[in-house]
Parts: sequence; structure tokens; C-alpha cells
Amino acid sequence: MKFKQWEGFEKGDWQQEINVRDFIQHNYTPYEGDESFLCGATEKTKKLWDEVLELYKKEHDSEGGVLDIDTKTISTVSAHDAGYIDKDLEDIVGLQTDAPLKRAIMPYGGIRIVEQSCEAYGRKVDPEVDKIFHTVRKTHNDGVFSVYTPDIRAARSNHLLTGLPDGYGRGRIIGDYRRVALYGVDYLIEEKKEELNILNVDELTEEIIREREEISEQISALQQLKVMASKYGFDISEPANTAKEAVQWLYFGYLGAVKDQNGAAMSLGRTSTFLDIYFERDIKNGTLTEEEAQEIMDHFIMKLRLVRFLRTPEYNELFSGDPVWVTESIGGMGIDGRTLVTKNSFRLLHSLENLGPAPEPNMTILWSTRLPEGFKRYATKLSINTSSIQYENDDLMRITLGDDYGIACCVSPMKIGKQMQFFGARANLAKTLLYAINGGRDEKTGKQVTPKYEPILSDYLDYDEVMEKFDQMMDYVAKIYIKALNAIHYMHDKYSYEAIEMALHDKDIIRTMACGIAGLSVVADSLSAIKYAKVKVIRDESGMAVDYETEGDFPKFGNDDDRVDQIAVEIVKRFLHKLQKHQTYRNSKHTLSILTITSNVVYGKATGNTPDGRKAGEPFGPGANPLHGRDINGALAVMNSIAKLPFEQSEDGISYTFSITPGTLGKTEDERITNLVTMLDGYFKQTGHHINVNVFDRKLLLDAMDHPEKYPQLTIRVSGYAVNFTKLTREQQLDVINRTIHEKI
Amino acid sequence: MENTEYYAKVHSIESFGTVDGPGIRFVLFLQGCHLECKYCHNRDTWDINGGTYSSLDDIFKKIKKYKNYIMPNGGVTVTGGEPLLQVKFLIELFKKLKEENIHTCIDTSGIVSINENIKEVLKYTDLVLLDIKHIDPIKCKELVGKSNKLELEFAKYLSDNNIPMWIRQVLIPGYTDDENDLKKLKSFIDSLKTVEKVEVLPYHKMGEYKWKSLGLEYPLKNVREPNESEIEKAKKILVI
Repeated sequence: MKFKQWEGFEKGDWQQEINVRDFIQHNYTPYEGDESFLCGATEKTKKLWDEVLELYKKEHDSEGGVLDIDTKTISTVSAHDAGYIDKDLEDIVGLQTDAPLKRAIMPYGGIRIVEQSCEAYGRKVDPEVDKIFHTVRKTHNDGVFSVYTPDIRAARSNHLLTGLPDGYGRGRIIGDYRRVALYGVDYLIEEKKEELNILNVDELTEEIIREREEISEQISALQQLKVMASKYGFDISEPANTAKEAVQWLYFGYLGAVKDQNGAAMSLGRTSTFLDIYFERDIKNGTLTEEEAQEIMDHFIMKLRLVRFLRTPEYNELFSGDPVWVTESIGGMGIDGRTLVTKNSFRLLHSLENLGPAPEPNMTILWSTRLPEGFKRYATKLSINTSSIQYENDDLMRITLGDDYGIACCVSPMKIGKQMQFFGARANLAKTLLYAINGGRDEKTGKQVTPKYEPILSDYLDYDEVMEKFDQMMDYVAKIYIKALNAIHYMHDKYSYEAIEMALHDKDIIRTMACGIAGLSVVADSLSAIKYAKVKVIRDESGMAVDYETEGDFPKFGNDDDRVDQIAVEIVKRFLHKLQKHQTYRNSKHTLSILTITSNVVYGKATGNTPDGRKAGEPFGPGANPLHGRDINGALAVMNSIAKLPFEQSEDGISYTFSITPGTLGKTEDERITNLVTMLDGYFKQTGHHINVNVFDRKLLLDAMDHPEKYPQLTIRVSGYAVNFTKLTREQQLDVINRTIHEKI
Repeated sequence: MENTEYYAKVHSIESFGTVDGPGIRFVLFLQGCHLECKYCHNRDTWDINGGTYSSLDDIFKKIKKYKNYIMPNGGVTVTGGEPLLQVKFLIELFKKLKEENIHTCIDTSGIVSINENIKEVLKYTDLVLLDIKHIDPIKCKELVGKSNKLELEFAKYLSDNNIPMWIRQVLIPGYTDDENDLKKLKSFIDSLKTVEKVEVLPYHKMGEYKWKSLGLEYPLKNVREPNESEIEKAKKILVI
């Protein structure tokens, strides 16, 4: 045995090499029971949580909802001094800066965003920092814009490509934070040094040089991680010895990442079952009680709920509610048929009861029809009570990803420590369709955005003609899209490399180029209208199509009608194939997601009238959802439509947001739970990929709009994550309320 | 349409029904009703000339697409309108559903004469949701346009032939909440052998807009929804 801290663990390959999965498989205890063993919040927890709630209140009342900013310290893994909420009460310690909810500046992504953010909240960046990043040090943002071509700029400013991570951190990388606890940092450094040794080859090619530089960065980040922990009085050179230490070590790993990167999504991975092994060992040894175990988990969750990033109000408009996407993937089944649910999976969920609902961490159940009944029922019960949980299809993902993957951000699965993605936001396909009709002119500004294509001149739209032109326009968009992403990720690697997160990865990893689609249901309905009804074009004096009149009815996406659903399927496949024609940075694998987060509102705003009858400015359906009010055959018909979208061609995730009133779900709590469990089993058997579950009454939301103070913890699920309802803009709140809430009369 | 057995006049479908029978239900709303319930929340299902024709095959295919959700706890509920007005179609549909082992349920007023066809469809029916309109024959006629004679006979037939039923009573203040009537209802229910469940359905006004959109005056405009204590009281009398 290499370390005394491993005493009591079953031996395996994991002792000879970094292999967390092997450790889990050899040592974990599946739990098939129900929630009756759980303990409530301890006095210490309650007291500490009250202090956090007080801080939340102060934060909410501060300008722009930002409590404080450290405008001087350039944030790195170890730049800030230790900070506490209430040192004596905290089981788990560590904050991003020296005080809770005080935000850090991370200018490597882009200094302008930092400046604008500080100004928006009534502060100014320290002049010294400004000077450094304007005159000495180039940023990711500078890098990207120094190479962007005019066609990329045009596509971007006209909202054909939206939300690109070219001025902010790309995120969506999950470090395997468990490694810090299991191996200690010194061993991780040793392994990285060995990787450098492997790369000591005869020919120093560009690729080898880059890899060697990256690994050197990783080693120095790991050294910084030790320094950071030592500021809190911990030496994490060696493995964790107890459950409490394991949580602390793991959290330090994650904390290093959120000190270093203001990433679009900073997800945690799949940690609860790993940690359960430590809890089980301590409880068996008699050194820990269930109550203490729950307290440690509650304190850990509190820390995750305190993570904040400095972002501009515009960013918030796009991804509302100050999200971090501390996504934690829970449950699932092992390859060997045992469930990966453990008691600690329950403890993690139980924090929603002990501390009340919250958007973070983004609790994600990896659902299998074979999950233990007790776990299924507990998770759905919490869904019904808190609307804080999302579900993703483990039976579907396990096929290609095995049993140690996690979800980054909302719906993006990746093998932990073995895979990362180049986050690519999304292309607005509804706008692409309008460009196809108008030969590349923007329907709002009239500007020629793409090279001049032949516009459609007929009075009525002909399906074949539209498809041909749409196909050409998708070719164009796919080309510009990959060009932009290549530039972005080249520069991100160069100027804002995620050294600490990548230090917690293997040397050779899978990289995906994660593209996305916005407006899928608008496009499918529009094409369906053109095919099955008559769509007349209304043009302005310059001959540009600006509106459409539809005569007759047509099948609409979301009603389990193949005539239109297959159009949506075809668009997904076709767009992926078009992306695949272009070479990607670092030979990353092209993937696709159908996910809009809350930006369906902003994208809708930027898109003119569409042939399906959607008016200019109206929101798109979020993710893969049908457009509001178009589904008339009930929730399962919507699910069947969405489940037809092929995960194989959209393996970065297909998001569906489902909202229902409690009464429509069933008459008693027991019935509601049973129905929700059966519904999820059914949806995932249909090969649906992801579902957000909201259970609430419209009345409640309307009241919360007018009286936010009454609902400080009201959490709702939007496309792929949860938000605090009262932090949404009014427009987004209305979008949520108008969105189909399944309600039976 | 010649082959009427193989076609139904359909009002709509609801793929995710959870309140009309056990588990998750595929709910088929058939078009057409011969009653005129003043409180009807599906006024648009009355007109026998409305709705759209759907073939047995189409409907059956549609139902099968939801098998993953409705098995094993749920099933299919046919409601309306009055589904038993299209009894020949129902016989064929239920036969096919039973071949697939799918649970079948009819939501009916029971105000139909028990002929051979009705007897036939009940052979393939796992559960009847019997909406007792009113236990008093005169008040019943006043409220829904027909006496309750046939529905009480219908209930008895179900009981004598061992067909499970859930009894439902819509609770309308001033119409169906009279204490003596509820007691009478209770003793009638007690005379039946196959009642699995009794449900009080509190009257609500959410169907009012449908009357308006058809250009009709809503007959119960001035009637309010029952409050919690009235609901509890009714439940107590019915021993739920």
C-alpha cells in the first residue's frame, strides 16, 4: 500500500495508477433502501445557514445584486487570502476570495468584460490591473478579435451566431476533483512529471511543445493548490484520511478551479458515491455518525451555493439568475448492473430539505429504469416539492460513456477526467431559415450579412425551393461557425488555459467541438407550414420578406406527429453533417446540442417574423421544447416528439423543460410520485435524453413576480439548469409563466 | 361514413391523464353527448356533428405509442361527451386493447339503456368511472336534462356483473351538496358490491370560457366553487 490513508480500502489497479473509477468499483456500497435513515439539519448547520441567508439578503439589496468585488487582486488559484463565513461553525472551509459573496476579477478571459462589470456595479478596476492588461498582457478576448474574419464578425453581430465564448471563459470542463482526495496533490504532481517524461521525445514538434507547456502549467497549478489549502491550515500533499477531509480535499480542488476560471459553466462532476466510500469507512469505524455525515454534506453544499462570478448585466440577460452550473451528477447504474446510488446520493439530495431549495448545485439525476425504487421515489418527491432537479437518461449515455461520466453545464455528458469540450454556444437556425428566404439579408436591418445568395421571389413559399436554399444557408453558417470556434478555442488555450482543471485530467483526452442549435421547433414548424399549408410572403418596398400569412392548418412539433417531427430530426442530422465537413481545432469531435438555456428569449428578440406564424421578437421554445401553446395533445405527446430527436447526432444533449401543476400530476402526494416515476421511466424508455421537472402553480409564480421578498428561495428549472425565480428579468419571468404549464381542467 | 364500428368521432386526446383512473392514462375524448349538464366543463363536446372522424386503427396506433408510459400502472380512459353513445366503436377498441393487456376504463354518466352492445363492451372494461349526476331523480332532471333512473340501473348492473367502478359526485353548492341527498347517495353506494373508490369532484369554473367561446350563456354563472369545509363535509358523509 502506497499510503496509510488507504487503510481499509479494497486493493486494485487504482493503487498503481490514477484510476478513480476502479477505486469506486472496488469499494462502494450500493444502497437500495429509502430515505428513512437521513438526519435533519444540526444546530450548527441551521446557524450557519441563517448567516448565509442574511448574506443573500444583503447581496440581493446591493447594486445589481453584487455584494462586493475585489477589484485589485488578479484571481488565481492561490492569490486571495483565506476567507470564512463564520470560522467556528464551518465544517468545510474555503471561499473564492477573502470574504463570502465578494467577487473576484479574472481578466485573462478579457479585461473589457471585467471593466464593464465593475462599472455596472458601481466600482472601478484597480489602475494597476488595467495597465497590465491593456499594455502588458494580452487576453483571450484580444486574441480572438485579432484573428476574427469579417464574415465571423458579421454573423456574430447579426445574431446568426450567438453567445460565443469569445469575451468570457468557456467553462464546461470538469476537473476530476476526486483525485485530490484519493491521491493527494504530491502524487498527482509526480504523475504529471512522468507525463512530461513521456513527452521528452526526439522531435519537438509544435504539438509536443504545446503539450509540454500545458503540463508544466498544470504542475504549477497543482503547486498553487497546495499553497491555497495551506492558507486555510491544510496540507493536501497526501491523500485525505477521513470523510471530512475527503470532502475538504475535493472541495479545495473545485475551489481552485472557480478561483482560476470564470467559466460559462463550472461543474463539479460525479462525486457523491465516491465520497460515500469515505463516509461508510468512518461510520463503520465508529468515528462518524449519520448526523455528522449529513452535516458535512450540508456544509459542503452551502459552499457550492456561495460560488459567484463577476459578469456583466448583458450576460445575465442571456443566462439569467447568476448561474454557475455547479452540476453534480447523481445515481445511475454501473456497467456490472449494480446501482451507483449510495446513501450519500440521498444525503446530497437531502440538503434541499435541510437548507431549502436552491438553484445550485445543479442536481442532476442520472436516471435508469433500473434505479432502486426508493431512490426514484425520493428524487421525484423532492422534484415535486422543490422543482430543483433535472434528469438525464443514464441508460442512453452509459452505452457510449460508460459509468463514470458526469454532466457539464446542463446536458453535456463527458467522461470524468478523460474528456473535455470546446464550448460552442449555438447557431440561430430560425434566422438561418429567414436568411435562406432573403438571400442572406437580415430581416430586421436589411443588411446583406452573408455573400449574396438568390432570394426567393415567389408569392407563396414552395417547400422544395425553400429546403434547397435553407440547405445552402446551413452550409454557410456551419462554415462560419467552425471558423469562429476554432479561433476562440485556440486563443482560450493560449491566453486563458484551465491549468488546474486540466491537471485533474489524463494526459490523452477526448476533445469535442460542442456546437448547438437554437430555434429548432420554430424551424420545424415553419417548414411544416410551408409543406402542409400555404404560406404567403409579405415583402417590404425593398423586396425583402418581412412577414408571412399562413392559410390552412399544419402539423406542429410537440404533438407526436411524424410529419413534422421527422423534419426536426432531419434538420439536426443535416446540420451536424455540415459541421463535420469542416476541420476543427485540435481535431476535436463535432457534437451538437439542442439547448438554449434562457437565451431563447434573447434569440427570439433578435429574430423577425417566421413562416410558422411566430411574430418578430417572440421567444423561441427553450431547448428542444415546442413553441409555447403549440402542443395540444398533452405532455406525453411532447415527450414523444422530443424523444425522436437523435441523441447519436446530438450527443452534447437535448434539453426539454417540463412544467406541470401539482393537481395535474395526481390527486395525492403518493399518486404524484408514482406518476412522475412512471412518466420518467416512460420518457427515458422512449430514448428521451434530458428533462427538467417543474411542479408549481401559475398563481404562485404570478405572486412571486409581484412579491419577490416572499419567495427568496423559489427555484425553478429552465433549459438545463435551475434559477432563482426572483433573479430573472421580468421578460424572462413572463416567458416562464407563458410557457406551457400542463394543466388539466 | 359507412363502417361506423371502425370509426369514432373524436373531440381530442390527452396523452398524460392522471386523474381519470389509476396511473397514467391515455385519455380519449369522444364527441357527442345527450345530456345537458349545466356545469359541464367540456361544453364543446356536446354537438354530435362536431369533432373529427378517426379510424380504429389510427387511434389504436396512437395509443400504442404511449405504452411505455401507461404500462403497467395506467391504461386508457375513454370519456367525452358520452362515450357510450359510440358503443360499437368502443367494443372494437377495447377488444384490441385487452389483446395487448392494456387496462380499459370508461368515464360515463351511465344514463343509457343496457342493451346487448353495452353488455358486450362491459365485458372488456376493467373499470367504470360512474359519474352519479344526482341521487334525486327530479333534481337530476333539472340539472342535466334527464332523470337518474337509467344510471342507477346501470350502477346496479355493474355491481351484479362484478365490474369494478369508481363513483364520482361533482360537488356544486346549492345543487348537489344537500346533506340528505348525500346521505341517500351514501346508502345507494352501500347497496353496490363493486365500488372500489368514491370521489368528490369539487365544482370549478374553469370550463366557463368554453361556453362563452361558443357564444352561449353559462347557466351557473352565479354559482361559486365549494370551499374546503364544504368539501370535507361531503367527504365525511360519503365516508371517504
